[in-house]
Amino acid sequence: MNDPLGPFRDPGRLRGLTDRLHGLGSDRTLTFMHVCGTHENAIGRFGVRSLLPPWLRVIAGPGCPVCVCPPAEIDAAVRLAANHGVILATFGDMVRVPGRVSLAEAHARGADVRVVRGVHEAATLAADHAERQVVMVAVGFETTACTTAAAVLAGPPDNFSLIGAHRLIPPALYALLGLEDLRLDGFLLPGHATTVTGTADYETFATASGVPAAVAGFEPLDILLALERLATLAVHDQVAVANAYTRAVRPAGNPRARQAVDDVFDPEDAAWRGLGVIPASGLTLRKPYRKFDALARFGMTLDPDLPESLPGCACGRVMVGLTEPEACPLFDATCTPTSPRGPCMVSQEGTCRSRFVYREVRRG
Amino acid sequence: MCLAIPMQLTTVDGPRGIVSTGGVSCEVRLDLVEAPRVGDYVLVHAGYAIGVLDEAEAAETLELLAEVGALDTEAPG
Repeated sequence: MNDPLGPFRDPGRLRGLTDRLHGLGSDRTLTFMHVCGTHENAIGRFGVRSLLPPWLRVIAGPGCPVCVCPPAEIDAAVRLAANHGVILATFGDMVRVPGRVSLAEAHARGADVRVVRGVHEAATLAADHAERQVVMVAVGFETTACTTAAAVLAGPPDNFSLIGAHRLIPPALYALLGLEDLRLDGFLLPGHATTVTGTADYETFATASGVPAAVAGFEPLDILLALERLATLAVHDQVAVANAYTRAVRPAGNPRARQAVDDVFDPEDAAWRGLGVIPASGLTLRKPYRKFDALARFGMTLDPDLPESLPGCACGRVMVGLTEPEACPLFDATCTPTSPRGPCMVSQEGTCRSRFVYREVRRG
Repeated sequence: MCLAIPMQLTTVDGPRGIVSTGGVSCEVRLDLVEAPRVGDYVLVHAGYAIGVLDEAEAAETLELLAEVGALDTEAPG
């Protein structure tokens, strides 16, 4: 495996797989949803939609953690940075998400906002600035939640705390199926979240919902292979979870990472932009680690009444597959990656940003 | 955010390591992987290795897909 990715972009194999997908020949239109911003990015970047048969639609779901994060958490982060003199650390995507005030705007007004590559860097910042409070806004799905858990288990300094904005994917799948107007024939599952969690929760979901699913990696061959497996299941009315990313995803996931999450967090109900409050879809620090809860430390509460989006922004509907980015009146008009009006245009994983950047070619 | 890059471990030092790909090297935390070894390909996300790639599985997938490609190329029409 000298070049671990090269063979997964091989045109010959891609052609063969594309032919096989077309050969399945469904007599009804199938709509599959992926729930991973990195999938949307890869699909756009590699032009995967241009390879699909006319009977297959692949739409983007709530797969961008910065986008699903409701304004309350971001607003709390801004208030902390602006009013409490903390060093506020977070991932780059989070900084530009618009709200009453974005973290970037707070930074421009003098707040100490730092972009970090991971939670461990925020813990290092705390060690290096013992006289300051360092708060990490920890956002992300299961993939990232385990890194936050690892940083907490590693014993960060007492001047470190976090705003936890992690979300869990399986509960969101049930919520999506409850949406009126959204009819789905299958889910493409996020290959890196499942690297951590394994597939058991998704097996339960498939059995309970009757909707098949396939785990997909992020190279063009990985995505097409998962689509071919999923289409095969759907065409034959079979319900199962196929794993098309076996080099990374094992049925039990990464037990060490799962254990870290279980040790540090308990599930809790959490709000999602576009989906409302979903039971047991968020994570809260368990008792031994509650001293790292930034909101408790600074006596703050989340404001649940903030407007979800700026006027006209369709992010909430884009995120659940009910509106295509191009149908939003702001898209490419007043909302662009350099001047985003909603989180879907900010993040590398946002559906609007991917659509804007890659201007996909579609089969007419 | 769920972007994870496959990189090869070149150094293991307790919970820390160095990974590299295409001539780029960086530090990585190894807290979340069991018994990492130099030479392993790990998936790096937000500064942590979150899983070890299974090279045998990768080879098997590619072999399977090579067969698909060959069959379809040979098929008439």
